[in-house]
Amino acid sequence: MAILVIAEHDNASLKLDTAKVVACAQAIGGDVDVLVAGHECSAVVEATTKLSGVRSVLVADAAVYANAFADNTSELIVGIASDYEHILAAATSHGKDMLPRVSALLDVAQLSEVVEVVSPDTFVRPIYAGSALATVQSLDDKKVMTVRSSAFDAVANDGAAVTVSIEKISDSLSQFVSQSLTESERPELGAASVVVSGGRGLGSSDNFAILEQLADKLGGALGASRAAVDAGFVPNDLQVGQTGKIVAPDLYIAVGISGAIQHLAGMKDSKVIVAINKDPEAPIFQIADYGLEADLFEAVPQLLELV
Amino acid sequence: MKVLVPVKRVVDANVKVRVNADNTGVDTANLKMAINPFCEIAVEEAVRLKEAGVASEVVVVTVGPKVAQEQLRTAMALGADRGVHIETDEELVPLSIAKLLNAVQSKEEAQLIILGKQSIDGDNNQTGQMLAALGKMPQATFASEVKVEEGQLAITREIDGGLQSITLPLPAVVTADLRLNEPRYAKLPNIMKAKRKPLETFSIDDLGVNLKSHQKVLKVTPPAERKGGVMLASVAELVEKLKNEAKVI
Ligand SMILES: Cc1cc2nc3c(=O)[nH]c(=O)nc-3n(C[C@H](O)[C@H](O)[C@H](O)COP(=O)(O)OP(=O)(O)OC[C@H]3O[C@@H](n4cnc5c(N)ncnc54)[C@H](O)[C@@H]3O)c2cc1C
Repeated sequence: MAILVIAEHDNASLKLDTAKVVACAQAIGGDVDVLVAGHECSAVVEATTKLSGVRSVLVADAAVYANAFADNTSELIVGIASDYEHILAAATSHGKDMLPRVSALLDVAQLSEVVEVVSPDTFVRPIYAGSALATVQSLDDKKVMTVRSSAFDAVANDGAAVTVSIEKISDSLSQFVSQSLTESERPELGAASVVVSGGRGLGSSDNFAILEQLADKLGGALGASRAAVDAGFVPNDLQVGQTGKIVAPDLYIAVGISGAIQHLAGMKDSKVIVAINKDPEAPIFQIADYGLEADLFEAVPQLLELV
Repeated sequence: MKVLVPVKRVVDANVKVRVNADNTGVDTANLKMAINPFCEIAVEEAVRLKEAGVASEVVVVTVGPKVAQEQLRTAMALGADRGVHIETDEELVPLSIAKLLNAVQSKEEAQLIILGKQSIDGDNNQTGQMLAALGKMPQATFASEVKVEEGQLAITREIDGGLQSITLPLPAVVTADLRLNEPRYAKLPNIMKAKRKPLETFSIDDLGVNLKSHQKVLKVTPPAERKGGVMLASVAELVEKLKNEAKVI
């Protein structure tokens, strides 16, 4: 049986998440097709055909799919679901929004944030903010799941899949009004090999500038704790944690972050963790590979000079 | 306009849970329980809509064991008007919960359903979307702002790249994100008043919903422990370690 992967993209470019979900699909085993639903997304389709091991790229290119709304996109997917035993999407805001609708329409349960494939019907997923890992066997005839991209290594770009157009145009009940996306030259949080994150300890939006400089010097992305986002220091899309982004970079530098379980849930699978905090009792030190008890306003500028 | 708010009883967010000895689940015995933080935000938003004269009635509903009535009372102390309890001791997957909520919605015919985007135990983030699909309603997930304007909803959503504003017709399902509002504390007189608010109880059979078995949890294990590393004396030492030991910069 075949596996359908829903591509993650913004109509202009394919997100790295898709290559990671394809890796998860290959761990399950079987033919892998990828659906690109969007509008004027030929560059995305082009990039998707190059993903290693993909059989065909199904393309639904229409204005009604421009904003990837959950209601009509899920109907599109359900329309082609009979050909597939597994349907996978990245656990991004798109995937989380749309896939449960697909599951409900197919009358099957969904597995969220899968981090490991045990067998074609058995998967591991974190529960309780990552305090426990559940190994779950699906009894449904179709397995619908969101995949935590950070748990899989992206497949290569040496593929040559064929493209197939699919025609099904249904309108969404939702209307798009506007979007304000954070513009940044830095790599995306989920794709960066270095992440520099700041917490409440930064004290203000202006003070985040030193972390931005550090992130830029290391070629990394900027992240934040919920407290820093709630305080308005940085925009919401930088939040790392149970209810924000999940990252696993080679290097995660937590600055002025105490290390609440909800924050750790989003970064504790990073390869190397550095914590800079002036409180020696801060829980972040219990999971950091390298801890530095210091005032961040002294330590970060020094770090900037030495790296 | 009637607002329906599904809520869930979970282990309090400040409690650290542990996997039980036979690896079948987490130990929840004797832990402090609470209304799921996202559900609490949903209740607060519904109550604010009522206070603003937009909503006429706020109905809270939960699926769970008898003790889950505590969370319905909490929600009523925050301002919900009445409670609906679907009593079951079974651990249900979100799809089954969505089916039960859909049965309640068929009776209540609420114009707006607001619920938390995820519960902090299962971390599934599914129920609202599934309920919307079953009820053939539009949805706005991860809402950080909710407005009702000229009979339709205007929602700001937290998405991966930033914020998105959309409008949708009623009836609709909205799932609450953290920054939608800051829930109030229940005042003592309101806690007393909540005890006398109406609360109906149904069994799954009463609702005439047939549930299937979808998943089997084979085991629950603790995650690999991350060993704490070393404390360093200076920034220079840190840079040296990152360069020569960890080789990440
Ligand atoms: C349902 C729910 C979901 C949540 N989801 C998330 C989530 O996704 N992500 C998340 O991050 N949080 C989340 N939280 C919040 C979480 O519980 C913590 O409140 C939050 O992570 C704390 O952020 P912080 O570490 O920046 O702030 P604090 O805990 O206040 O820590 C600030 C730290 O900065 C240090 N500091 C202060 N000044 C300096 C200085 N000059 N130099 C060095 N160190 C300094 C202090 O010693 C302290 O350790 C969630 C909570 C709930 C209830």
